[in-house]
Amino acid sequence: MKGWPLYEVFIRPRNGVAHRHVGSLHAPDPEMALELARDLYCRRGEGSSIWVVPASAITASRPEDKDFLFEPLEKEYRHPSHYRIPPDVKNM
Amino acid sequence: MEVRDALFEYVLRLGDNALILGQRLSELVGRAPELEEEMALVNIALDYIGQARMLLTYAGEIEGKGRDEDQLAYLRDVLDFRNVLLVEQPNGDFAHTIARLFLISAFNEQLYGRLVRSRDGRLAEIAEKALKEVRYHVRHSGEWVIRLGDGTEESHRRMQKALDDLWMYTGELFTPDEIDRVMAEEGIGPDLPALKPLWDERVDAVLREAGLERPADGWMPTGGKDGRMHSEHLGHLLAEMQFLQRAYPGLRW
Repeated sequence: MKGWPLYEVFIRPRNGVAHRHVGSLHAPDPEMALELARDLYCRRGEGSSIWVVPASAITASRPEDKDFLFEPLEKEYRHPSHYRIPPDVKNM
Repeated sequence: MEVRDALFEYVLRLGDNALILGQRLSELVGRAPELEEEMALVNIALDYIGQARMLLTYAGEIEGKGRDEDQLAYLRDVLDFRNVLLVEQPNGDFAHTIARLFLISAFNEQLYGRLVRSRDGRLAEIAEKALKEVRYHVRHSGEWVIRLGDGTEESHRRMQKALDDLWMYTGELFTPDEIDRVMAEEGIGPDLPALKPLWDERVDAVLREAGLERPADGWMPTGGKDGRMHSEHLGHLLAEMQFLQRAYPGLRW
């Protein structure tokens, strides 16, 4: 039983919000990964849906590409921080 | 026999089945083959210990002699335990652990499925909560039976061996005695033999998918649930489980 593949686990806390990454686990196959995810991440009633994804199916960015992927460009007008929010508007 | 006495015995049996199985599974802490599966089995152990707490508390109330869940769990000796022989069998290898869990959970699924309509309201409430848990236990253990049976040559051999070894303890589950008959007459418990075909169907479906052979029904020992003849394994289990209360009576967290 050595060398079970790694799965990433995503849980949707409730209807209407997106699935969020909660962690990972090893499992022999996808169906068993779902069951084990239930035991590892859903014991306290959190979640209305679980996704498990083989970690090998995820393409990740490389740390050395950080500069061109995440360096902020000088386009401050893209941020809404210069707008003044009227006092009557509570949530924006 | 007074219905009240029969009810006490009956609830004690249900509680002891849950307690002993829960204790057996919790012996796997730190010893399961994979961390993830260890969490799964120990969560199942916690489910059963939770059921045992509700059932033993209720049994103590029916008895009316002031015994609570802890006294019933920790201060009775082997001959006073009323669990079926199947649940006290040792964990063995992973296949034995899974086979025992599958066979008893498939039984509990049918049993609690009936108890939710029990004329005893308290028992019906407990059964309703337990049934949700037990459905998952059958599924989880059944999925493992399929994977091991349909896995490698060695996993198949071990899974078949585990079923062959434990099969003889399944007869007791469906063999009614006077307590079971009184409970069935009162509409509190189910008619045990009537559960057998449903259990057969569930077990056979999994064995078929796993490519495993259903063991032949041979000699089936009884004596667990009426306390006549537990196997030698129960005493060892109790020695470990009860040590603290025996060494330090009344000790609390």
